[in-house]
Amino acid sequence: MNPQLDRADARVTHATGLSGSVKAFMDRVKSGDLGSLPVVVGLAIIWTVFTALNPIFLSPNNLVNLLFDCSTTGVIALGIVCVLMLGEIDLSVGSMSGVGSALIGVLWVNQGVPLPVAIGTAVALGALIGAVYATLRNRLGMPSFVSTLSGLLALLGLQLYMLGATGSINLPYGSKMVEFGQLLILPAWLSYTLALIPGIVMLVVGRSTNARRRAANLSAGSSTGLFIKAVLTTIALLAIVAYLSLGRGVPWMFALFVALVLAMNYALTRTQWGRSMKAVGGNAEAARRAGINVRGIYISAFMLCSALAALGGVLSAARLASSSQQAGTGDVNLNAIAAAVIGGTSLFGGRGTAFSALLGIIVIQSIANGLTLLNLSSSLRYMITGAVLAIAVIVDSLARQSRASHGRA
Amino acid sequence: MSDRSQTRKAPGELLLSLRGISKNFGAVSALTDIDLDVHAGEVVALVGDNGAGKSTLVKVLAGVHQASSGSIEFQGKPVTMASPAAALQLGIATVFQDLALCENLDVVANIFLGQELNPLRLDEVAMEVRAWTLLNELAARIPSVREPIASLSGGQRQTVAIARSLLLNPKIIMLDEPTAALGVAQTAEVLNLVERVRDKGLGVIMISHNMEDVRAVADRIVVLRLGRNNGVFTPDASNQDLVGAITGATDNAVSRRADRLREAAGEPL
Repeated sequence: MNPQLDRADARVTHATGLSGSVKAFMDRVKSGDLGSLPVVVGLAIIWTVFTALNPIFLSPNNLVNLLFDCSTTGVIALGIVCVLMLGEIDLSVGSMSGVGSALIGVLWVNQGVPLPVAIGTAVALGALIGAVYATLRNRLGMPSFVSTLSGLLALLGLQLYMLGATGSINLPYGSKMVEFGQLLILPAWLSYTLALIPGIVMLVVGRSTNARRRAANLSAGSSTGLFIKAVLTTIALLAIVAYLSLGRGVPWMFALFVALVLAMNYALTRTQWGRSMKAVGGNAEAARRAGINVRGIYISAFMLCSALAALGGVLSAARLASSSQQAGTGDVNLNAIAAAVIGGTSLFGGRGTAFSALLGIIVIQSIANGLTLLNLSSSLRYMITGAVLAIAVIVDSLARQSRASHGRA
Repeated sequence: MSDRSQTRKAPGELLLSLRGISKNFGAVSALTDIDLDVHAGEVVALVGDNGAGKSTLVKVLAGVHQASSGSIEFQGKPVTMASPAAALQLGIATVFQDLALCENLDVVANIFLGQELNPLRLDEVAMEVRAWTLLNELAARIPSVREPIASLSGGQRQTVAIARSLLLNPKIIMLDEPTAALGVAQTAEVLNLVERVRDKGLGVIMISHNMEDVRAVADRIVVLRLGRNNGVFTPDASNQDLVGAITGATDNAVSRRADRLREAAGEPL
């Protein structure tokens, strides 16, 4: 038999069958390639503890509330993933979201501008601010740490200026916007249908990829393994939807967040742009010499980050039914950054996935939600969230050292 | 060696022509008035001591640095290489001494970096097949193209870097110390490859400190010294002449040592 193109070298062992896959996974974890493992383990521990302390934590309606809360900061964290991927940081996302929230109040409520135009303006202003950060970095060599720190103050000032003397603008109850942020739930049939889609896509794409690989004389995964994976994913998603449907169901706002995560995941893993992002984060000079427009990549990442932060601010205005001076202040900034890092996006650049925003924000909001249920003050919440962030960064650092010593970047 | 130089074809079309290239880094002039011609189907070796300006010259040609003054003609037309992308576009591919690979990406991603097939929906299968084809042409010993570069040895990384430079079917390829990190067999493979590339009608610019490698494949040997041209030699030139041009003196440590050995062996000077 002709050896396959990627199996011709006899020195390399390849995992075969189920036990082989498990062993390969264990080897990966041991060498420090942890992926989403720490956050999944962490989430399991947090949920177990909170459920033991207060059984209401796991009740369907509390989880639905949790998902509403996740969506606003989660969208901001998704933007943070983009800049962290390049080894950069944006410390101004909290203020940016505050400006986005204030713009909705001023433009839509006070000036009577149509809602889509107001939202578009907020997102466009975010993109503009991001372009400024990237230009400061590209042209003047200003570290993003400093430029976004000054942006944090400047944007906070802009937010206070726009809101004026009253300091807060209420969004009309009963408007679509506020309903979207507080009430709107996917119809049951739609949420079940959407839960089926990932499994089907997995199966269809996986089968066609395997067929193409075999045709090209490359090794291909087994159809059985693919089928089992797709079925398990579908069962898990259906179970989640069924459980949430015991309460109010799946919020539209969370569906929007997940759709953004999936779009970002596709862009980061399946497009040239995403490949360039990882390359610039891993070795910017090598990327430049390979002909990648490194400045363009920086601009796109900072624009996306600030635009998503502004969108997160718009969503939080809908969630709170007001644009206030408090929007985007306090822990929003650090929660968004912490979510990305806790979810497994490296602070050192070059590693990360869109899903880390989703997983990370669920961890952060679970802590906030659980402590609120226990009637604990926000002082304690800050301390515990801070400790979890520290642990996440320590895990990231240790895993990085382990990867280096095991010959994995 | 003399057989080979007789069977050598006359060099083809003039591909690249540098006139009066200078490059200053602040007060330091790394290159001064460099002239260099490269024809199709010819291997030009750039030799010189450390700090002679070889790597700087390669970086100017690769678009990494811009020359402070002087003109570059490519296929008879004056060109400027404002960026690495512009140089690649013209058909000048470079394998840098530090290889310029992204350690966090796998072999396929590195070979296709910046040149991915189907930008909006990456064609991983076609890229993997092409990667294996390129690597097999180099008789490469890469265990898996889906491992990150960080897990490969120095020689394997060199092979990946060379495979990457061939991806775009360039007209000229520049190799900066291609054999420095390689074992005996891989060195021979790379030299074979250099000849194969030359026979396909490409121009090759090779930097090396290893005179044996240079003599084995070069058609012309261009010596740089302290950032200036210091003579052009054929591979038949004597070691003494070459070393003299490189170090700037006929009386130097290398030739004194050779003389001493010959004297000890009782040969006439």
